[in-house]
Amino acid sequence: MLTRAAGLFVLVLLGAIIVSLFIGGLPAFRHFGLGFIFETDWDPVQENYGALVPVYGTLITSVIALLVAVPLAFGCAFFLTELAPNWLRAPLGTAIELLAAVPSIIYGMWGFFIIVPLMGNYVQPFLIDNLGDLPGIGFLFQGPAFGTGIFTSAFILAVMILPFIAATMRDVFLTVPPMFKESAYGLGCTTWEVVRSIVLPYTRASVIGGIMLGLGRALGETMAVTFVIGNTNRISTSLFGPGNTIASIVALEFPEAPGGSLKLSSLLALGFLLFVISFIVLAISRMLLGTKGQK
Amino acid sequence: MKLASSAIAVALAAISFGAQAQQITGAGSSFAAPIYGKWAEAASAPTGIKLNYQSIGSGAGINQINNRTVDFGASDMPVKADDLKAHNLLQFPTAIGGVVMAVNLPGIEANQIKLTGEILAEIYLGKITKWNDPKLVELNHGVNLPNLAIAPVYRADGSGTTFVFTDYLSMIDPNWKTAVGSSTSVKWPVGNGAKGSEGVAATVHQVKGGIGYVESAYAFQNHLVTTQLRNKAGNFVTPTMEAFSAAASSADWSAVQNFAIDLNDEPGAASWPIESATFVLLPTDAKEPAQSKAVTKLFDWSFSNGNKIATDLLYVPLPVAVQNAIRAAWAAQIKG
Repeated sequence: MLTRAAGLFVLVLLGAIIVSLFIGGLPAFRHFGLGFIFETDWDPVQENYGALVPVYGTLITSVIALLVAVPLAFGCAFFLTELAPNWLRAPLGTAIELLAAVPSIIYGMWGFFIIVPLMGNYVQPFLIDNLGDLPGIGFLFQGPAFGTGIFTSAFILAVMILPFIAATMRDVFLTVPPMFKESAYGLGCTTWEVVRSIVLPYTRASVIGGIMLGLGRALGETMAVTFVIGNTNRISTSLFGPGNTIASIVALEFPEAPGGSLKLSSLLALGFLLFVISFIVLAISRMLLGTKGQK
Repeated sequence: MKLASSAIAVALAAISFGAQAQQITGAGSSFAAPIYGKWAEAASAPTGIKLNYQSIGSGAGINQINNRTVDFGASDMPVKADDLKAHNLLQFPTAIGGVVMAVNLPGIEANQIKLTGEILAEIYLGKITKWNDPKLVELNHGVNLPNLAIAPVYRADGSGTTFVFTDYLSMIDPNWKTAVGSSTSVKWPVGNGAKGSEGVAATVHQVKGGIGYVESAYAFQNHLVTTQLRNKAGNFVTPTMEAFSAAASSADWSAVQNFAIDLNDEPGAASWPIESATFVLLPTDAKEPAQSKAVTKLFDWSFSNGNKIATDLLYVPLPVAVQNAIRAAWAAQIKG
C-alpha cells in the first residue's frame, strides 16, 4: 500500500509540474499561437518572444555533444572491458565514474577560464583559417574567434555526458555471457570482430539507452552552458557563433521577469517545451529498450 | 582598524540583543546588496533592527514586494508611477552608482581611450566594428589604436546595469531608441553575452578588442581598464567618485515624481554621463505597519551615519536635500 502511494506520488508530482508549466506558459501560447515555436525574435523591449533560437541551440549543442561523446565513450568502454589489463580496469573505471560526480558549475568555470581561451586563441583561429574557405561546409567555421559559442558549449557538454554513456556501456558490455565471446574467439575472431558481431548486437538496446541518458542530461544542462555559449538570441550558421539554450535563457532571464508578464509566461512556455523535448527523448529510449524484451 | 573593532562591537551587540531585535526582510537588487548588508550590520546595534536581505535581482524583488512576501523590495530600475499606485508602494532612492566601460586593447592603459555615447551606440549597433575606425581615431589623437575587431560584451542575465546603459544609449542615439530600446535585458544586435559583472569583466579580459559595461564599484575593486567618456557639457571625464557625485548633485531632483530620477547624461562640467540610483519599494498599506516603520528607521540611520560606509564601498551617497525629502515622504506616507 505504502509503496504504491510512493509510486503514485511521483506520478502525480510529475503531472503537476507539467500542468503548472503549461498553465504558466498558456498566456504566451495564446498570445503568439503556434508561431511561438518558430519565431526567432526574443525582444524584451517590444515584448515579442519566440522559442526557435533557444530550441535550436538546445538541440544543436546536444547533438554535437553526442557526436563527440559517443565514439569516445565507446572507446573507453571497449578498452575497459576487452583490452585493459586487469590492474588498470578498477582505477580507470572509477575515474570515469568520478567525472560524473563533478558539479556542473565546476565544468562551467573550467570551460570559461581554461577551454574558452584555448578555443579562442588556438583552436578556432586554426579552424577558421583552414576550413573557413572550403566550399559546402566552410560556413560552419567562419566568424570572429570569441572562444565561446555553440561549439565550445557542445564540447563541454560532451565531457559532461561522457561518463554516463561510458559507464552504461561498460556495465552492459560486462553482461555479455562469456560463453558467447569465448565461442567467437574460438572461431578465430579478432577482438574487434567480437565486439562488433557479438557484444554490440547483444547490448544494442542498453547502449542506446545509455546514449539517451546522456542526451537527456545534455538537453537540460544549465550552468555549464550559460558560462560558455555566448548567450545571444540569434541563430548563427557558424559553429563558433554565440547562441542560447532553453535552460540557459530561463536561468538568466527569470530573475528579471515580473510576475504576470508575457516574458515570465514565455519563459515558462520554454520550460514546457524543454519538458516535451526531454519526454520525447525518453520515450524513444524506452521504445528502444522495450524492443530488447521482444527478442 | 576602527571599522573592524566597531564591526566586532556591533556583532557582539547583535548577539546579546538578538532576542529583542526586530527582523525585517528585503529582496531585489543585487547591485545594492553589498551596501544594504553593511548598513544593516552597522545599524543593528543602535536601532535594534536586523535585516534579512536576499539579492535575487530587481525584477524578482518587485514581484516579491507586490505579493507582500517581504517588507521591502529593491530595484535598480525606477517603477512606473501607475504600478506604484496600483500596488500601494512608496519608492525612494538609497544610493547612487556609476556604470563604466571596460576595454581590452594591447598597450592601452586605464582612461587613455576617449569615447562618446554616440560611438558606444554605434559599436553596440554593429556600425563601428574596428578599433581603428576613423571616428575613434579622430577622438583619440596620439593613441595608437590597433586594427582589431571590436568585440562588444553585454550582461546576459537580466540586470539593472543593462537598463542604465541602454537607457543612456537611448537618450544619446535615436537609432538605438527605435532599434533596441531600454530594459533590464534587450535584443542586442551584436556581441556576446556573459553572466554577471564578473562574467562581463572576464570575457573582456579574455578577448582582445573586447569592450563591456560594468558597475563602477566592480570596476574599481578589480582595477579594470576603464575609459573616458564625453558628458553632456562636452567634456571628457574619467570615472571617479568626484565625477559620479558631480552628476548626482547637478541633477534636478525636485522635477521628478516618486524620486524616479534618471541620472544619465546630466549637465555639469565634471559630471559622469552614465549613472543611476538604486531604489527601495515600501508598502504604504502594510499589514504590519511596524515593519515598514522599521525599514524607514534603518534607512534613516543609514542616511545619517552611513555615508562613509557607502563611499568606502564606492557608492555615491544621496545629496542631503534628497535624503531630507525622502524623510518627509516617509513622515507623510508611512504610518505606524
